[in-house]
Amino acid sequence: MADIDIAHLSRLAQLALDDGERARVLQDLERIIVMVDQMQSIDTGGVAPLAHPLDAGATLRPDQVTEEIDRELYQAGAPATERGFYLVPRVVD
Amino acid sequence: MAPPGWEAVIGLEVHVQLATRSKIFSGAPSAFGAAPNEQACVIDLGLPGVLPVLNEQAVRMAVTFGLSIGATIHPYSIFDRKNYFYPDLPKGYQISQFAHPIVGPGSLTIQLPNGERKTVGITRAHLEEDAGKSVHDAYPGLTAIDLNRTGTPLLEVVSEPDLSSAAEASTYFRQLHSLVRYLKICDGNLAEGSMRCDANVSVRPVGTTELGQRTEIKNVNSFRFVERAIDYEIERQVGVLESGGEIKQQTLLYDADQDETRPMRSKEYSEDYRYFPDPDLLPVHITEAVIAEIRDGLPELPAQRQQRYVDEYALSSYDAGWLTEDPAVADFFEATTSACGDPKLSANWIMGELSAALNREDVAIDTAPISAGELGTLIARIQDGTISSKIAKTVFEALWQQEGSVDAIIDARGLRQLSDTGELTAIVDEVVTANPDQVEQFRAGKNKVLGFLVGQVMKATQGKANPQQVNTLLRERLK
Repeated sequence: MADIDIAHLSRLAQLALDDGERARVLQDLERIIVMVDQMQSIDTGGVAPLAHPLDAGATLRPDQVTEEIDRELYQAGAPATERGFYLVPRVVD
Repeated sequence: MAPPGWEAVIGLEVHVQLATRSKIFSGAPSAFGAAPNEQACVIDLGLPGVLPVLNEQAVRMAVTFGLSIGATIHPYSIFDRKNYFYPDLPKGYQISQFAHPIVGPGSLTIQLPNGERKTVGITRAHLEEDAGKSVHDAYPGLTAIDLNRTGTPLLEVVSEPDLSSAAEASTYFRQLHSLVRYLKICDGNLAEGSMRCDANVSVRPVGTTELGQRTEIKNVNSFRFVERAIDYEIERQVGVLESGGEIKQQTLLYDADQDETRPMRSKEYSEDYRYFPDPDLLPVHITEAVIAEIRDGLPELPAQRQQRYVDEYALSSYDAGWLTEDPAVADFFEATTSACGDPKLSANWIMGELSAALNREDVAIDTAPISAGELGTLIARIQDGTISSKIAKTVFEALWQQEGSVDAIIDARGLRQLSDTGELTAIVDEVVTANPDQVEQFRAGKNKVLGFLVGQVMKATQGKANPQQVNTLLRERLK
């Protein structure tokens, strides 16, 4: 069984899990990995990697401005805005 | 330069903002400078249910760049999700290209300040979307987010670690900047962040081949700062190693005010972006026909134009390089030359007087108060003897102040060169009579004094005499 670093994964997912939740999530992940291991037992040596299940190429869009922007509407659901900005708890580099 | 005994190994990742009208995956406008969030549409905001659709022009620009560096254009490329959390990235992932970029290996040959050429490998160039902008200092305890830049198309150009000094790195950045402006795929406005550079830097003892541990300096957006940031980092790494320490792999920010690099706080944990193909976007297929069509439309590139100036106008490689770096300057030079017929004088005036005035007033050449045609006329008036080179500088200043056309300024200010020998001979006589001591010295063999006498005549004519003619007349008079 692969090592699962639950602290690392919850940090990447920005989830604050308590001990009970961690144990439950760990069990779920272990079962998922069993399934993945099962899939990996199939020999895919002669199969080209597939990025997308549809056998089609991207549809391209002409370079034109087509979107109408209603900032007031879009910001109506935001917890905090000021002079057009969204405000969030401070993040610093 | 690296301290004695050490050499630096540097690679650059340059983000080139593509000059499209709309975003890479949405039809929102991508212009700079709008009020906050006025250019962020539902797709840029990552609202539920929206789907990205790729901008054809962004793809064509990437191919254009690839062809200009002789790179492989991959007929099949895919978009991946790069996953991380930051408030200016509303979807929680950036759409980028990881395993299958659109542009494969190529190279750019740069000319170093000492005239030598160096070929810098370019590993790849891939398309991606830009993130928004975070403002940390406007509201106490809060970060303000503007998502206008979200979804702006970027071409990330990744070089091989082929650069060995800060000066080489900044030259490469500068010439890449020149190239994308020639290709018209980027406006090249560094102050607005249209080109941003990350530098990977490591050092090793001279003579060794193993690479040292590298650090990454993030987000430098001026030629000068790239050079200073890398120089600082090379010194810092050598200092750490020479005192027995170890270089830690880390991401640094360059602080131009303090002239130092320091670690970014948000990168305490190792990066783990968990790339995977974006299920919302199908693979991009580029046909041979499209590649051929774009190749046929490639403009003359900076290096080709530089060589043409050497061949066609007999300019030095340095002058040709100087004039062709910015396509607007090169266009101005060609228009000036065709107006006056003298490439060498045109080059001298543009690199001298005009460039100094543009710097002094901080204006771009295409908005200069002097047109190429006017500068050409000014040079023609020197050639046909109407004015001297010295007086031409006065006319240049008057042109800059928009006092009128070249000929109108010459007439209005009475600057026409004295060509009447009779009038000039009279002035020469006066000067000779007024300066008996100098005349004596000259006759006694002190040739230098002639310069003084020429100066006196020039002064008496307010600079309007032809100095060569004055010289001849004086010599004859003093025989």
